[in-house]
Amino acid sequence: MLEPYLPILLLVGITAAFGVVNVIVSDLLGGHRAVVSKGDSYECGMAPEGSARLRLSIHFYLVAVLFILFDVESVFLVLWAVAAKSFTAAGVGALVFAEILVFVGLLLAALVYVWRKGGLQWDR
Amino acid sequence: MNDFLIILIKTCVIYGCLIGAAALMTLAERKFSAWMQLRYGPNRVGPWGLLQPLADGVKFIFKEELCPDGANPWIFRLAPILSAVPAMLTVAVIPFAGDVNLFGVDCGNLSITDLDIGVLFLVAIGGLSVYGVILGGWASNSKYSLLGGLRASAQMISYELSLILIILCVVAMTGSLDLRAITEAQNTGNPLSWNVFSQPLAFVIFVIATFAETNRHPFDFAECEPELVAGFHTEYSSMKFALFFLGEYCAMIVMACLTTTLFLGGYSVPFWEDAPWFVELGSFCAKAGFFAFLFIWVRWTLPRFRFDQLMHLGWKVFLPLALANLLVTGAVISLA
Repeated sequence: MLEPYLPILLLVGITAAFGVVNVIVSDLLGGHRAVVSKGDSYECGMAPEGSARLRLSIHFYLVAVLFILFDVESVFLVLWAVAAKSFTAAGVGALVFAEILVFVGLLLAALVYVWRKGGLQWDR
Repeated sequence: MNDFLIILIKTCVIYGCLIGAAALMTLAERKFSAWMQLRYGPNRVGPWGLLQPLADGVKFIFKEELCPDGANPWIFRLAPILSAVPAMLTVAVIPFAGDVNLFGVDCGNLSITDLDIGVLFLVAIGGLSVYGVILGGWASNSKYSLLGGLRASAQMISYELSLILIILCVVAMTGSLDLRAITEAQNTGNPLSWNVFSQPLAFVIFVIATFAETNRHPFDFAECEPELVAGFHTEYSSMKFALFFLGEYCAMIVMACLTTTLFLGGYSVPFWEDAPWFVELGSFCAKAGFFAFLFIWVRWTLPRFRFDQLMHLGWKVFLPLALANLLVTGAVISLA
């Protein structure tokens, strides 16, 4: 049953080896010459100002949380989408579709709520 | 044993072709951009500069590695690998052609593997690329990198939603998550049975979302030069930079292949239902090649959006539209 995954395992090995070998080989062959200020982070030629470990805008957290919400929704929808045709064939298509409508409707209401609250507003 | 040999050869050949295609696409990008700006582009290394990617690769390997002071050295080195590997892995489930018969040996279908959950695999593994981007941006200890990584990850996860919902429309029409089954459902010899004709809105949203998903122009906020220098890979040099680049081009090629498979009938040939495998492969490459070219074409045609416009488009336009499209598709299937 897991036989189709064998080539994927093989491919994981090949790609991971490709990445690791490339990084190591260029590290070895590239040579290193220490020069003052070579290790500074790039800020258009100016001396770096302050730390780069900044606090992040709250918007990005909001996007991440919303993503999880709707991603979980789409996971549930995958199950329905695959079986939609067989539901119809079994004669319960309309019933199941009504249930999906309720489910999606609830999440659409959530989207509208976030929208009205200004959670999707970026230029504030 | 023989089976394993065939699997090994198929995996290596398809992976090699992916890397080769990504290398060629870097050249094509520069060539086409040059032609669109009335320049020559690379033309010194080999005929038409065809060996340019090879020369670039050699140069990348011998470039000095720079790791900024204050960067996290392990994550800094791990991020390019994390970004490139998932992008290359996604090619595993793309069906390139039907049954291959080479010199009397039956090699099975031309794809690395035919998973019954192919679409899920592609979306799940492809989504992992975002880790490489945000970790690379954070580990560099540079403000440009951090902001670029943040933007890229916010953009990728926003558009992934519409992408998944659009894919589900096609899945609902076929009733299978297997990309080969989706192709075969469209392979009737009649181009009108391609999903692009039954799902035109989905097709348009999907193509635009792939641009955002791969951080390409006009949505390349991860690395928009006037603002963020080079975004999350500002501090990267040598082969680590090349790995980010390779991952990006591999992701583009896989997205072009996915668009072809979902909407343009994959390897199906118009008006020739059971064409031999090399004709199918040619048909697939022609369609996927067009979408790969589209990435380059659009880059030199459209101006860049603003970041808030991008998020606006993703959350307020594409997400509701994709949901509505899925519901209409579901209604047609369920109530028919």
